[in-house]
Amino acid sequence: MQKAPFTTGYLTEHCGDDAFGTLKGYRARGGYETARRTLKKGSPEEVIATVRDSGLQGRGGAGFGTGQKWSFMPADDGSAPRYLVCNADESEPGSFKDRLLLERAPHLLIEGILLSAFAIGAEKTFLYVRGEYGESIRSLTRALEEARRGKVLGPRALGSRFAHEVVLVRGAGAYICGEETALLESLEGRKGMPRRKPPYPAEHGAFGRPTTVNNVETLCHVPHIVGKGADWFRSFGTDASPGNTLFGVSGQVVRPGLYELPLGTPLDEIVFEHAGGVPDGRKIKAVVPGGLSMAALPAGQLDVPMADEFLRERQTALGTGGIIVMDDRTCMVRAACVITHFFRDESCGQCTQCREGTGWLNRIVRRIERGGGRFEDLALLEDLCGKMEGQTICAFADAAWPVQGLLRHFRQDFQSHVNQRRCPYPESFAL
Amino acid sequence: MVIDDALRARIESEMRSFPEPRGALLGALHRVQEELGCVSSEAARELSEIFAVFPVEVLELVRFYNFFSEEPRGRHQVTVCTNLPCALVGANDLLCGIEGHLGIAVGETTPDGRIHLGREECLGACANGPMMRIGGDYHEDLDLAAACAVLDALE
Repeated sequence: MQKAPFTTGYLTEHCGDDAFGTLKGYRARGGYETARRTLKKGSPEEVIATVRDSGLQGRGGAGFGTGQKWSFMPADDGSAPRYLVCNADESEPGSFKDRLLLERAPHLLIEGILLSAFAIGAEKTFLYVRGEYGESIRSLTRALEEARRGKVLGPRALGSRFAHEVVLVRGAGAYICGEETALLESLEGRKGMPRRKPPYPAEHGAFGRPTTVNNVETLCHVPHIVGKGADWFRSFGTDASPGNTLFGVSGQVVRPGLYELPLGTPLDEIVFEHAGGVPDGRKIKAVVPGGLSMAALPAGQLDVPMADEFLRERQTALGTGGIIVMDDRTCMVRAACVITHFFRDESCGQCTQCREGTGWLNRIVRRIERGGGRFEDLALLEDLCGKMEGQTICAFADAAWPVQGLLRHFRQDFQSHVNQRRCPYPESFAL
Repeated sequence: MVIDDALRARIESEMRSFPEPRGALLGALHRVQEELGCVSSEAARELSEIFAVFPVEVLELVRFYNFFSEEPRGRHQVTVCTNLPCALVGANDLLCGIEGHLGIAVGETTPDGRIHLGREECLGACANGPMMRIGGDYHEDLDLAAACAVLDALE
C-alpha cells in the first residue's frame, strides 16, 4: 500500500488511518454527510456554481477549470443517459498521488463521484482504473461493494431521489489511455487512440453520450469544496490556482514521497525543506516539476512557485505535480534517452509526427549518449521537436517538450558528448 | 471450445453493465488472459463471436494492450520499472542483477516456465524504487537480495 504523505492537509489528513478506507471509518469522520445533504436538498446548479467559484482546476495534468468543464454538458432534458468518467489511469512518470487516494481514500472518491455526477446529471460513472494498480482495484472493489450494500449507491443514493451506479473498468497497460478521449475509446472496447476534437466529450463522449471526464484527485476535492464553500477553498493556494494539491517527490532526495501542500508553494521549499534535499551532500542539477512530460528546470530556477501561472513563465508546467530530482552526477543525455524511450514505446501510432518522431528522437539521443553523435544532431533534434509539437490529434507528441527543455538548459551536456565522443558522467545512473 | 460455458456466462453478464456489449470486451480479454494464460487465436475467434465483431478487432486489442499476449508467457509476470524516477535510484542495476539470478534476459521466460521477466514503464511507485510488479502485487524499496528472495519464493 502507498505510504501516507509526509505533510497532510484537508485532502489526506486521514490517509494514514487504515479505517478511513472502510465505509464505517469514513462515516465516523463525517464522510458522506455533504453528499447526503446535497443530494436531498441541494440542486445541481448550486454544486456547479460552488465548484466554479472555488476555481478548482483539474489535477490530472491539463489544469482545466472543473466547474467550467461541467458547464459544457448540454442541458439535461432527461431523454438520454449521461455519464461521468473517473480517470484513474494514472501513469505519468513521477506521479503516484492518485494511487494513494484510490488505495487509502476510496470512499472520499465515491463521495466526490456522487456529488459530481449529481451536478452534471449523470446516471452512471465509469471508473477506469489503471490495470497495473492491483491494490487500488482491490480497494475500490471492496469500497464499491460496501457502498452498494450500505445504499450509498443504487436507485436511491444516500436516501435521496438521485440514482447512481459506478462501474469499475480495468485498463490493460497503455499510457495513452490517460488521455481522456483515448480512455473513452478504451472504455468502448477499442484501441486507446485519441479522438479528434471537436466534438468534445460533453457532446459526444462515452458510447456517444454527453460525458465529463474528471481525474481522481480532482473528484476528491469536490466533497470538501461543496461542504465548506468556495471561499474556504480559495484560502489555500494562489488567486489563479486555488487549493492544496498532492506533490509527489522522487529521484535523488532524502525523503521521497507525497506532500499535500498549497499550490504556489515554492519548488525549492518542497525539495529542500520538505523532502530534505539531495543525499550525501551532493548538489541538485535538475528538477522535473510536473511529471516526465514537463520540461526540467536547472538548479538556479527552483525558486519558482508551484502553480501554472509561474511555471509557464519558465516554459514548463505543473502537469501532475510529479517532482523528479536529479543530482549533479546525472547525465542529462541519459535522462533524454529514458524520456524518449518512454514516448517511443507509448505512442499509440495514430499520427505520423508522433509515431515516427518519438522513434527518431530516441535514436538520435541514444547515438549521442554512446559517443556517436554528430555536430548537426542538436539542430536535428530541435527541428524534429518543432515538427512534432502541436501537430497531432492529442498532446502526446508534445513529448517534444521535455527534450526541448533539456536542450534549452543542459545543451552543454549534449555538446560535450559529441565533442568527447563518450559520456562524460561516469557516475551517472545506469541505462 | 477454449472459452467454457462458465467463463462465457460471466463475460455475458458483464456486458449488462455497459450501454453497448462491446464495453465489456477489455474485461473479457482480462478474464481469458488470466484463466487461459494467453489469448490464443482460437480464444480470439470465440470472443469475436460472443461480441459480434470481426476476429481482427479482438486481435488488434491483444496486440495494443501490454496485458494481453497471444502465447503463454510463464506462470508469473515479473516486471521491473525502469522509468526515470526508478532509473535514478538504480533500477537498471537491479534488473541486470535479476537477469543474472534467473539466468534469462529481459523478455525471456525461465526454462521451467516459472517466471517471465520484463521491464515496464512507470508504475506509480516513484518514491519507493527500485520496485517490481508481480501480477497485481508491488514489491518496493528493493535491493538485489530482497528481490531475489521474493523471486525464489514464487512457485
